[in-house]
Amino acid sequence: MSGYAYIVGAFEHPTRRAEDKSVAQIHGESAKGALADAGLSFDDVDAYFVARDGPGVLGGIGMAEYMGLTHLRHLDNTETGGSAPLVMAGHAARAILSGRCRVALVTMGGKSLTGDPKRMMPDQYGAPELPFEAPYGINTHAIYAMAAQRHIHEFGTTREQMSWVKVAASHHAQHNPNAVLPKVVTVEEVSESPMIADPLRRLDCCLNTDGGGAIVVVGEEIARSLNRPMIRIRGAAEALKHQDGGRSGFTWTAGRDSAARAFAEAGVTHADIKYASVYDSFTMTVIITLEDLGFCEKGKGGAFVSDGNLISGVGKLPVNTDGGGLCNNHPGGRGGIPKLVEAVRQVRGEAHPKVQVPNCDLVVAHGTGGFITSRGGSCTMILERTR
Amino acid sequence: MSERKVPAPELNPEIEAYFAAADEGRLLIKACTNCGEAFHYPRALCPFCRSERTEWREASGKGEIYSFTVLRRAPIPYAVASVQLAEGPRMITNIVDCDFDSLRCGLPVRVVFKPSESGPAVPMFTPEGEPA
Repeated sequence: MSGYAYIVGAFEHPTRRAEDKSVAQIHGESAKGALADAGLSFDDVDAYFVARDGPGVLGGIGMAEYMGLTHLRHLDNTETGGSAPLVMAGHAARAILSGRCRVALVTMGGKSLTGDPKRMMPDQYGAPELPFEAPYGINTHAIYAMAAQRHIHEFGTTREQMSWVKVAASHHAQHNPNAVLPKVVTVEEVSESPMIADPLRRLDCCLNTDGGGAIVVVGEEIARSLNRPMIRIRGAAEALKHQDGGRSGFTWTAGRDSAARAFAEAGVTHADIKYASVYDSFTMTVIITLEDLGFCEKGKGGAFVSDGNLISGVGKLPVNTDGGGLCNNHPGGRGGIPKLVEAVRQVRGEAHPKVQVPNCDLVVAHGTGGFITSRGGSCTMILERTR
Repeated sequence: MSERKVPAPELNPEIEAYFAAADEGRLLIKACTNCGEAFHYPRALCPFCRSERTEWREASGKGEIYSFTVLRRAPIPYAVASVQLAEGPRMITNIVDCDFDSLRCGLPVRVVFKPSESGPAVPMFTPEGEPA
């Protein structure tokens, strides 16, 4: 396959609390927003991508019916947790380049705030690991907390370093009118917030919101015909990680592999990257992921994020300038779409002026799905503005 | 202090022996007689060489905490850990019958068995030196 696919539409649903909407409606409104952003219509869509957050057992088909998509010739329901929209945007690029489709729509949406929390997660019946985890009260906080605890143990990562990730997010969120937590917080406020699951405190944890978003991917010919900045997917790679029979460690993620492959495909170096969207389910997620992405050595992520190094206009690597999952939006327990949308805003030069990175022509967006270091899928995407 | 209710493991033919042994106070581990590797969670096919020649072995029940957390906001707070067994593999478990503030990575632990709700007992761990 040669050439590039382009992201021409990106939309983050403005809702953060959707008592008055259905999950399907959030997907549909997001799709409409992303297609309008691109200057395309539902009738142009011939490929649809949605993970398990598409409501129903046959959620992809169900949402296709809901949105009246009648020209589909490609469907993809890859589930890797919160990273799924990035993974599927990468799949969309390859499907376009191999000639299977021309206009690909990716949606994500959920109501983890006002929906029924018991019905958020799929029935795990038959999952082979289930009998060895469910009796122990495993949940998302526990898994991420254990990754954080081990990182602290091996590398001496400090409480203050973790807090800097949240501080940076809050500095960005103050400029985002849709952010749930627009108030700037201090290192001390984060470090002294209530303990949830040692060592994770309340302000280490991402938001729980309703909402979603969508992305539209097309080939070069269509991208040229649209009156939008041309944002090409210069590199995209996914990887997964599990417990490997009880062998694999908790201090690295599949991002190590997805990043190496995405950077190799893009043929760029870390010094070329002007902005990074980094999945931030918890503060430690960002520290571990920045190491895995290769922005610093393994174990040095704590030092890397300190002293405002992730704050736009202050530090060397602006990260999550929308406020991220920590302060802006983490809809349906999945942060993938907001990550990709803010990366597109930055590389287009359409981020909020207070956080827009100057000359931002090359960015990375990274998703971490599932249970960070023990069972999850990662995707790294490198985007470049060419017009 | 009342104990957290332990959900019963969902049983299936592949792993019934593990929980039958746990119910009798024995910790089993699966090992492959083809490649020699031990692994957890147990399964019929070796995840390393994919041989069907896997067998149950009695584990020493000793290990150390690889990582842990304490779920402080639960109605009855509890400690979740990954314990590195002396036999090599790590397993997700709970650390029980101890002061949670004394837990640390590397702490030696030994297996104990705790009843589940209307199911078999399940293996958990307690720091070495705690009274039985």
